[in-house]
Amino acid sequence: MSTHSHAHDDHAGHDHDHGDGASHGTFNSYLIGFILSVILTAIPFWLVMEGVLDSKVATAAWIMGLAVVQIVVHMIYFLHMNSKSEGGWNMLALIFTLVIVAIAISGSLWVMYHLNTNMMPQMHPEMLRSGGLG
Amino acid sequence: MTMANTTASQTEAPVFYMTEEHHPQNGTMLGFWIYLMSDCLIFAILFATHGVLGRNYAAGPSPADLFDLDLVAINTSMLLFSSITYGFAMLAMEKGNVKGTQLWLVITGLFGLAFVGLELYEFHHLWHLGATPMRSGFLSSFYTLVATHGLHVSFGIIWLITLLVQVGKHGLVPENKRRLMCLSLFWHFLDVVWIGVFSVVYLLGVLG
Repeated sequence: MSTHSHAHDDHAGHDHDHGDGASHGTFNSYLIGFILSVILTAIPFWLVMEGVLDSKVATAAWIMGLAVVQIVVHMIYFLHMNSKSEGGWNMLALIFTLVIVAIAISGSLWVMYHLNTNMMPQMHPEMLRSGGLG
Repeated sequence: MTMANTTASQTEAPVFYMTEEHHPQNGTMLGFWIYLMSDCLIFAILFATHGVLGRNYAAGPSPADLFDLDLVAINTSMLLFSSITYGFAMLAMEKGNVKGTQLWLVITGLFGLAFVGLELYEFHHLWHLGATPMRSGFLSSFYTLVATHGLHVSFGIIWLITLLVQVGKHGLVPENKRRLMCLSLFWHFLDVVWIGVFSVVYLLGVLG
């Protein structure tokens, strides 16, 4: 009976790992995640507050790039995402969401900026200045 | 033929049972994860709105006029600290350490309160400058996005206090552990959203 229950426990414990999905970290993994996050947060703030780069486009690219890296760091070290949690369903839901997010954000920006260029002429400042409306 | 089928399914039945036995989850964690993903879509729409309206100042103040990046940096660090202290609470929980779990949860809650407090202070300050949501499209989308995040953090704090009471009453029973794990996902998720907020709204905004 005891060997049986032990074997069962082992099995259950293993399954439990899968079942919990996303919550088993160690002190070191949390600390690594925290230190990486601090660095990845400090760099973009430093770039903007000190005006390190001359080019605004380059600064913006760095900010967005570092944000993406930090999100991945948080996913791995704090949310403990991996392809195995919940039998892969966590990851599948995440990928699906990311696809929808990408479509929603890039699509909105794309459509709305094109609409801006198609606005009524008097809405454009340069038209106001040169045209007969002003 | 029918006989053969029946015997085949009878011999296969235990195999099915075994494969099912491999993932005996009650589904709460996956369900909560899917809720978080749907929440992620809400934030995505708010980010998209801010992306569209974020430069429409209506001759009003711009982010560079309004935002104090020192304050935002302090706010960001509050949330980051609260993330790692929640991690420590989870580690204490896994060891079955009730007092340790409660202590780290209280510290996490205090960092969360500091975050919400600083955000309210910022809103109050902006309001005082006349930068209300009614002023421009930029400010409407700014308040909607940032306040939605702040509201999430506030509800996270209420949830955290509720779980503190629960843990105090019933200890680290499996139900409480499950709830703490859900809040852990929620809390870390909000920190992930905040990365987007400080990068896109504050840093890119001030950059102009």
